Amino acid sequence: MRAMILKEFRELRRDHRTMGMLIGMPILMLIVFGYAANFSVDNIPTATLGPQAEQAASLIGGVPQAPFDVTDVDTTGTAEDAEGMLQRNEVDVAIVTGADPTVAYIDGSSLFSAQTAVAAFNRLGDRVQTQVLFNPDLKTSWVMVPAIIGLILTFIGTIITSIGMVKEKQTGTIEQLAVMPIKPSTVILGKIVPYFLLASLDMVLVTVLGMLLFDVPFNGSVAVFALGAGLFLFVVLGLGVFISTISQNVGQAIQTAFFFLLPQILLSGIIFPLEAIPWAVRWISYFLPLTYFTMISQGVMLRGAPFDSLWFPLLMLTVMAVVVFTGAVLRFRRDLAPGDGRRAKIKVAA
Amino acid sequence: MSVQNLRVHRGHTLALDDVTLETPAGRVTAVVGGDGAGKTTLLEAMVGLVTVDSGTVDTPPRSRIGYMPSGAGSWNDLTVDENVSFVGGSYGLSTDEVARRAEELLGRANLLDARDRLAGRLSGGMRQKLGFCLAMLHQPELLVLDEPSTGVDPVSRVELWRLISEAAAAGTAVVLATTYLDEAERAGWVLVLERGKDLLSGSPDEVVASCPGVVVETDAPVHPDLSWRSGEHFREWWPDGPPDGDRPADLTLEDVSIVASLREGMKA
Repeated sequence: MRAMILKEFRELRRDHRTMGMLIGMPILMLIVFGYAANFSVDNIPTATLGPQAEQAASLIGGVPQAPFDVTDVDTTGTAEDAEGMLQRNEVDVAIVTGADPTVAYIDGSSLFSAQTAVAAFNRLGDRVQTQVLFNPDLKTSWVMVPAIIGLILTFIGTIITSIGMVKEKQTGTIEQLAVMPIKPSTVILGKIVPYFLLASLDMVLVTVLGMLLFDVPFNGSVAVFALGAGLFLFVVLGLGVFISTISQNVGQAIQTAFFFLLPQILLSGIIFPLEAIPWAVRWISYFLPLTYFTMISQGVMLRGAPFDSLWFPLLMLTVMAVVVFTGAVLRFRRDLAPGDGRRAKIKVAA
Repeated sequence: MSVQNLRVHRGHTLALDDVTLETPAGRVTAVVGGDGAGKTTLLEAMVGLVTVDSGTVDTPPRSRIGYMPSGAGSWNDLTVDENVSFVGGSYGLSTDEVARRAEELLGRANLLDARDRLAGRLSGGMRQKLGFCLAMLHQPELLVLDEPSTGVDPVSRVELWRLISEAAAAGTAVVLATTYLDEAERAGWVLVLERGKDLLSGSPDEVVASCPGVVVETDAPVHPDLSWRSGEHFREWWPDGPPDGDRPADLTLEDVSIVASLREGMKA
């Protein structure tokens, strides 16, 4: 018994990844849940429009414990402008004055902000009429389905791809591939393309099923959505390839992929709203590809957000795709052709 | 085809130290040695899988090399036919050519009945034979086999050696690593490696004849550290000749390989 326990501890001590999970994961979970696990939003970006926009701004700002942060005051703005601002995600609430009662347009795709805003306006009585756009019934499923699409793509991209790649290493066939007269780039593309296609198929399937089962609307451009999804896929496939280069077997690949998956689930805004996460932790969210894909998928599907309002998440995904994918492929190429560096020294017979 | 004065490091370890080997067409060359001797490193250097520090590797281009790694080199989740089709396609063979070569090679390897079976479900011997067929599919000039018969039953070993001999007879230069010295005796040329150095090389007879000192058969070895069991008796190496009365034993490659290793140990 003693020998068995000792052996187990010795093995664990040398298994750095498992030790990392044993020690690092509880600390990470504690910090993340402690700081980020917060559903209440107390800082809702708000615009006031119309002739009494300035009065409305000071009134809203003066209400004790008001969650509104007035960022835009436009005395010439109209209801149409308000809808446009919400669609472009410039604010979550736009209050339009000039009519009786004043109307507060609320972006239903920012679920927790919308719920907080509705509750705050209800406390004000009949003075403000609320109108929730893009998700009038504030259904959780409408917000979750676009985010879940990203989560599924992350899962396929990181876990399934890394397993597929690392299997070649585990069974020794990667050496066989390295010796064959196939260019490393061809091997890498040949390995990645099937996962890209399968993930794309999965994305279409989940999107259509989400729309059919949960009545989630698709208000925006399919092309913008496809562009965002394509870029996002490159990032997560790159992560999968990267994981395969630092793993020796399937078990290690899954373990490592888990390290990449967990922060995305917890910090990308799909469970806890980004606005509710303190900056001490929130900065991590802005390094996670799922954060940006969720902005795009929710924006396109629910708000019908146009391309120009999504330029930032699209740009971030492009940068990530280039950096992660290129880096991962270069690392994998090094595994595949370790002898290439000294090829010049080899005299090849004619 | 040859490697000349090859030096290779694996991490901080000198895996090959000034190793030279000629591999002419039509000859089977066996690279023998214990674990960590440098056999796999030498083979990997020949096919371009490891970085060479210095020396010359004079081999055909990749498209004319066949390589079978120690893990058999087949894809477990593909059937025998799918493996053949993938490898044939990768070497640029036409579908007809792949079909013709598959029929020929799988027939000779007695794998025709297993064409639809997953490679991962084949017995060890069958999987090794499949690995050989895959390495031979494109009729390479140089065939490099890393321990092709390790873990294979005696009948499959005989079949595997028949295939290797046929390949050599057809003009292919075959280089194989093995830990089985009885097997190495079937080769036309033997290279004995020990801690990355080439200790002996030549035809099996030449290697046996080059054994330094005298090996005797005895039941009571005088120096336990210079003796080893062989059947019911012991064999003992006397570097400067045996005492009077002891008769030299009939040497095998195994004896010579052990002597070479002992001599290297004494030098160290």
